[in-house]
Amino acid sequence: MTAPLIEMQDIEKHFGAVIALGGVSFDVLPGECHCLLGDNGAGKSTFIKTMSGVHKPSKGTILFEGKEMRFDSPRDSMNAGIATVYQDLAMIPLMSVARNFWMGNEPIKKFGPISIMDFKKANEVTMSEMKKMGINLREPGQAVGTLSGGERQTVAIARAVYFGAKLLILDEPTSALGVRQTANVLANIDKVRAQGIAVVFITHNVRHAMAVGDRFTVLNRGKTLGTAKRGEITPEELQDMMAGGQELATLEGSLGGTV
Amino acid sequence: MADERIKQVSKLRRAMIRPELGAIAGAILVFVFFLMIAGDSGMFGPKGIQNWTVVSAQFAIIAVGASLLMIAGEFDLSVGSMIGFAGIVIAILSVQWGWPVWAAIIVAFVICVALGALNGFLVIKTGLPSFIVTLAFLYILRGMTIWLSITTTQKTIIGGVKSAAEGDWLAPLFGGTILKGLFQWFADIGMIDTFTRGSRMGQPVVEGVPMLVVWALGLIIFGQWLLTKTRFGNWIFAAGGDAQAARYVGVPVNRVKMLMFMFTAFTATVFATAQVMEFGSAAADRGLLKEFEAIICVVIGGALLTGGYGSVVGAALGALIFGVVQQGLFFSGAESSLFRVFLGTILILAVILNTYIRRLITGER
Repeated sequence: MTAPLIEMQDIEKHFGAVIALGGVSFDVLPGECHCLLGDNGAGKSTFIKTMSGVHKPSKGTILFEGKEMRFDSPRDSMNAGIATVYQDLAMIPLMSVARNFWMGNEPIKKFGPISIMDFKKANEVTMSEMKKMGINLREPGQAVGTLSGGERQTVAIARAVYFGAKLLILDEPTSALGVRQTANVLANIDKVRAQGIAVVFITHNVRHAMAVGDRFTVLNRGKTLGTAKRGEITPEELQDMMAGGQELATLEGSLGGTV
Repeated sequence: MADERIKQVSKLRRAMIRPELGAIAGAILVFVFFLMIAGDSGMFGPKGIQNWTVVSAQFAIIAVGASLLMIAGEFDLSVGSMIGFAGIVIAILSVQWGWPVWAAIIVAFVICVALGALNGFLVIKTGLPSFIVTLAFLYILRGMTIWLSITTTQKTIIGGVKSAAEGDWLAPLFGGTILKGLFQWFADIGMIDTFTRGSRMGQPVVEGVPMLVVWALGLIIFGQWLLTKTRFGNWIFAAGGDAQAARYVGVPVNRVKMLMFMFTAFTATVFATAQVMEFGSAAADRGLLKEFEAIICVVIGGALLTGGYGSVVGAALGALIFGVVQQGLFFSGAESSLFRVFLGTILILAVILNTYIRRLITGER
């Protein structure tokens, strides 16, 4: 068995008197897609924010490639090779695709003491990386606002991969998307995983998780309810664990199993 | 993906559809209008051109700062008060305290840029809207200016800067003119009228390009270059477009905003210094309403009030429209109160057009 890329041990996070995370352990292997499931308020977002350096855990250790890490800022975790794509904050719609793609990592051309942004390189790389992900841009100067939600998530994923992410955290990338766009994003997750990058896929949609996940961890009220491998668990069991069991069973009956 | 739904866009349309389009259209409109109603009034003679160029350049100087700050997602309402403050500081130091003018100018710049940094610091640390923080400084600085002026001189106007600046090395950088030889030559070949009487007989009516105009052009070029060509420019867009998203990818948003507040203060001080050198005096009420005039220029120029989108060249064109309208109504002999009516109308029209263009570009719905 390969060593996990990242290991989160007994992570606790307290906000004042509120215990958002009460001891969560979780690990991701290289080249696997580990799905983190849970209902709203389960602590998914808080948990990934400790992984991406936004929050510092109140207790617990983070091991990345076997070394203990302390992330003081998103920059730290990014430098270590952890990239996070947030659902709403993936892209800036008013800016062009190329400007978004390179945001924070702009390529530079130097003329003596003066340095300017290398737009030729930025544009070429953006176009070719987008093509690899199946998005044909009209031009790199096209504003992100003209792209669909799925395309925006894809640009963000392509950006993370291009800048050498070893671990890609996707925060509900499919929750606001239509069927076709969801399929595209899931296909891209599969592509990324095939390159050996570890993926943490946060969702509350069991079917999306089942489509690409290798392992599944369910969070509920700040605690893990356990981790299961693909094939060891049915979608119905996952659904039940997320909802905390009983209430949904009756509701599901009346809805004809559509939840 | 949905290729078949992406329409090919013609080159012409792509060249046309840009943030400055509204301001370009407005500028053409304004020039045509005044050529028609004031074409024979001397407005487009050498002296007339100098007149509205200088006024436009004044607006442009503060509009460059305001536009970069607005694109970075913040406002500065203290620009006008800062202009009055900087002027009084220069006058008190040089005339009252007898400092050399260059030292007074440098100290004014240092104090004002530090005040800009304080504005930025408060906005970043408190998380309050910059509208409120800088509104407070609009009052604080104006009050300080009047108080400083009255306690040191018992007056609100301090004169005598011109004689103090005699022979100073830094003052001509703000108050002088350049290319005098060229303009003399223009006069010699008859392109520019010369004075026919008085002590300046034989000299051209326009003696050269005022430093104010040089500053304006320099700042416009620098601002446009910074915004569109550099890494820092990308950060300005990102900070104003979505500060949180920008932070998550490692853009130093706070530093960007802070520097833009300082740059805005710098442009206000350039304006103030040039004005003091031109008039030879400072007055505590200088710069009144300039903050709004700067914001109007920026908005006419196509910038989005909420940040993340805009153009420095657009803001400069906004300043040109502002200057031409203000001086044009004077040349055409119209009632000067109509200036504001005209300006308000242009503002509305430009913003409607800009909103439409922006939607085309950014896909906003």
